[in-house]
Parts: sequence; C-alpha cells; structure tokens
Amino acid sequence: MPIAKFAIQRLLQAVFVVFVVTIFVAFAIRLTGDPAIMLVQESSNVTEADLERIRAAMGLNKPFLVQYKDFILGFFNGDMGTSFFRGPVSNLVAVALPATLALAVASMVVSMLISIPLGIRAALHKGGLSDQIIRIGSLVGLSFPNFWLGLMLMMVFSIKIPIFNSSGYEGPASIVLPAVTIGIILTATNVRLVRTAMLETLGAQYIMVARSKGLRERIVVYKHALRNSAITIVTYMGLQFGNLVGGLVVVEMVFNWPGMGSLALDAIYQRDYPVLQASITLLALMIVAVNFTVDLVYGLLDPRIRVE
Amino acid sequence: MSLSEENIILPEAAKKKRSLAKYWSFELLFGAFLTCSLGVLVLCSGLLFPDGGEAIDLRARLMEPFVSWQHILGTDSLGRDILARVITGGKISYLVGVASTLGALVLGTLVGLVAGYYRGFWDVLLMRFADIQLALPFILLAITVMAIAGPGLDRVIGLMIISQWVQYARLVRSGVLSLREREFVQAARSYGLPDAKIIFGHILPNTLGPIIILMTLNVANNILLESSLTFLGLGVDPQIPSWGGMLADGRNYVQVAWWIMVFPGLAIMLTVLGLNLMGDWLRDHLDPLGQTAK
Repeated sequence: MPIAKFAIQRLLQAVFVVFVVTIFVAFAIRLTGDPAIMLVQESSNVTEADLERIRAAMGLNKPFLVQYKDFILGFFNGDMGTSFFRGPVSNLVAVALPATLALAVASMVVSMLISIPLGIRAALHKGGLSDQIIRIGSLVGLSFPNFWLGLMLMMVFSIKIPIFNSSGYEGPASIVLPAVTIGIILTATNVRLVRTAMLETLGAQYIMVARSKGLRERIVVYKHALRNSAITIVTYMGLQFGNLVGGLVVVEMVFNWPGMGSLALDAIYQRDYPVLQASITLLALMIVAVNFTVDLVYGLLDPRIRVE
Repeated sequence: MSLSEENIILPEAAKKKRSLAKYWSFELLFGAFLTCSLGVLVLCSGLLFPDGGEAIDLRARLMEPFVSWQHILGTDSLGRDILARVITGGKISYLVGVASTLGALVLGTLVGLVAGYYRGFWDVLLMRFADIQLALPFILLAITVMAIAGPGLDRVIGLMIISQWVQYARLVRSGVLSLREREFVQAARSYGLPDAKIIFGHILPNTLGPIIILMTLNVANNILLESSLTFLGLGVDPQIPSWGGMLADGRNYVQVAWWIMVFPGLAIMLTVLGLNLMGDWLRDHLDPLGQTAK
C-alpha cells in the first residue's frame, strides 16, 4: 500500500474515533440529568421560567445533535463552553494543558534516563545476572499502582526528609516527585522495549563489521547500535501515550498538580459537566493525534505495517 | 540471538546446563507461592477475622504497627485493625480481578470464534470495534462512565468487561484464522462434524495457551485498575474495605500514620507481582511466537 493511501486510511480512522468518542462523551453527560437544575440546585426560589431561560442561554433546549454540533464547532474555535463555577473553560484549559504537557515531557525524560542505560545493559548481558535482575525489577515496577508509588515518594521525600513540597505547584522543583513517579512506572515497560530493540540491532551485520574493525565496544554500542535503535525505541514509547495519560490523571490528583487530570477529576467531584466534557474531549483528541502520528511514522519506517 | 549459537554442536555438559537454564523457574515458583498463599489468606478472611475488619476501637486509634500483638500492623483513624482490613479487603480485589477477566474471556472468546470461523460481516464489525476500543484509554472511559453511573462493584466489573473483551476476541480470531485451514480441522469437517463441535472441540483447545497468559496478566492488571478507581472515589463503595479505599483513607493521614498507606499498597504489589511472575513465565513457555506481547 503506498504511504499516501495508508496515511489517508489512518486519518479517516482517527477522525472516526474522535467522532465516536466525542459523541459518546456528549451523550453520556446529557444522561446524568438537566444541567440547568444542577446549576441552580443551591438556590431555592427558582421558577420553571427561570430554568427555561437558563436552558436557552446554555443552548440546552436544542436537539441533541445540534448541541453536539455547536459544542464541536465551538471547541475547535477555542470556545469550550462555560464552567458552572469558574468562568470560561478555555481559560482553565490554558492553565491546565501546559502543566500536563510539562509533566508528560518530564516523565518521559525521567523514564528515558533510566530505561535506556538499563535496557542496553540487559541486552548486552542477555540471559546473564544483570538481565535477570532488570527483568524482575521491571516486573516489580509493573506490579504496584502508580498513585501508591507517588504517595510513598511523597512520604519519604517531602514528609520524612522535606526536600520537595508535597502538593500543588510551588516553583519548578514541584515537578520532580510527580515526574519521577510516572517516569518509574513508564520505565517498567520501556526498559523491555529498549532491550528488545537493542537485541535486534546488535544482531545486525554492520555491528559485526564495526566490532571486527576493532572499534571499542562503547562506540559500537552507543554510536552504532543505539542510534539505529533510536527510531524504534521512540516509536514504541509513543505507542504508550494512552498509558501515560492514564498515569497522569491519577498521579496529578495525588500531588494536586494543576493539570488536565486534576481538572477532569475536580469537574467530576463538583458535577461541573461543561469542564468534564471539554477536558475529556481534549485528552481523547491528544491521544488519537499521538497514536495517528506514531502509526504514520511506523508505517513510513516499516512498510510491512501497511499491508492489511 | 546470534545465528552462530544455534549451529554449534554443544558438548553434553553444556547441553545439560542449557536445558536447566531453560526451565529455571524461580519466577514460576515464587509467583505461584505468592498467589496461592495470599489467595488462601483472602479466602479464609471470614474465618480469620469474623468481624471483617469493621470492629471500631476508639481507644486504639492510629496505633503504630509492630508494638501490640492485638494489632500487629497497627490501626487506622477509627481504631480498626489494619491487618484484618487488608486481608478482608483483598476479597474485593480478587472478586473484581477474577469476575471481570472471566466475563471478558467468555464474551471475547464467543465473538472471536464466530468472527474467525464465519468471517464476513461479523468479522469486519469486530475489527472496527477493536480499533475504536484500542484508541480509547481506559481511564477516560472509566472517568466518564463512573461519573455518570456513580461508584459500585457491579459497574467496575462491567466497565472492565466492556473495555477488555476485545483483546480476547482478537486473540481467538487470529488463532481461528490460522487453524481453520489446518488439516485436522479440514478432516473434522470432512467427517461431517457440526460446526459447534469443530469450534469447541478442535479449534478452541488449540488457542488456549495465549488465552491463559492473557487471563493471568489481565487479573493482575484489573486489580491495579480497581484500586486506582476506588482510590479516586470512582470504584467500589468506599464503605466496603478494599485496598484502593484504604489507600484513599491513608492519604489523609500521610503526615502522621504511614502504616495505613504502606500495608494495603504492599498487599496489592505482592498479589499483582505473583500473577505477573506467573504470566511472564507462561508467556515464555506457552507463547514462543509472542502473540500476547504487549
């Protein structure tokens, strides 16, 4: 299949997924009840006419599909609706999205710093003691909940030994604990990906050539093998983006990190449905976009993927 | 693996060492030990702790662990015994892990068998459905659904079945696709066996290996997911003792009482580690082609 056709096919798939997800979220949120009543539940002297006015103002008296269309058009024009309590949703997102992206990038960096050296070591000593230890370590890493690791780190490094603050954003150092938490969780999977990718590269003939030229092992491994595995490693890591977002949502809540996960969870606790709808839609869009990009890169690099 | 390694004729001693290394199964033994011993403890929790960890003792609030025989792992903010609650709380985790996996297994296997054996319309529908589900991260689905439906054990299990049956369906389908053209299936068909007998008697047993691996890993994963959801207040009822619920409670006392948070977390870790160790070993030995690789 030519790459253009493959790209168009995957793009259509991505658009379809976005459509299904957004319509599901919009529909599910309408199921929970009348937002107009939720909005005024505090005040007692509200007449039916008042409710009608609120519904008209929020666009709730229109048919569902029209509301959906309005939401989507507004969403892509930067108007994400209005929170019940906190003003325009786009203002909230403008604060939360950079915070989440910063945490996501920092976690990826932490994870690469740990998983690349360990993965290389495991690949070089395949079947040996360090390989076994790394393998068991990675299994242990897959075996505890991310939020528990976060709480443990918080307990040790901000309560017993007060190096970092335990919650919220108080300067750049605040990112360390949440980023290390997610980074360690990602490492458990990434270290295996690095190991597999390196084993594949190290078996190639040009590595044998490089070795037979008498190059130092260090140069063979880092300059020849790692560089050639890099694209595979990055692509595999990209495929885990959905995983990463899942980790972000929970860990942000543990550390009160002011990102998209906290925004969505707070919206649930306060029944602030415009915020919930906008934040879930945005997170789903991000995941679909990353998956699409990774798919495309993958298809470009490995033509076998395109056959189906 | 280097090519040369396969071609060398190994001397007897080396061969022996290699085969021992091949079946070296500390992983399996340790994993099975963890899973069985924790499983027995949790199953017997009713006998060991008849009060179900609910007995409140306000005079013994926030008691430290390892100081009293009565409360070896300490007590929580209401003076309830942590050990009793950890072991009783395991019931929820095991129930969710096992029930959701079995539900997803049954649903997914049926769909996969039908799609793979009959192909055509059902097959196309299944694969499109699978694409959508793979693009939808569980946590977002869970947040939306639980925000609307409210917390509850049945909803957590239902949600996991809905989000995981596709994995089994795909696995079974691909197994069936490769098996249905094999000679023994053709032979069974030429004998005039009914479809149901061919599917359940000849095809299904041959796809069992990957399914067992997936099940082991899914039980482990679902225990983690349930604890996350309950921790966020989106899982099972916070009144019932559960590991996620205990951790959510412990979070409020993180400054003063580390033990409320440490022990339920350790319980989750040991349970899941046991299952992961077994799943990993099974993957190496039952699935050399890596069909269940993540």
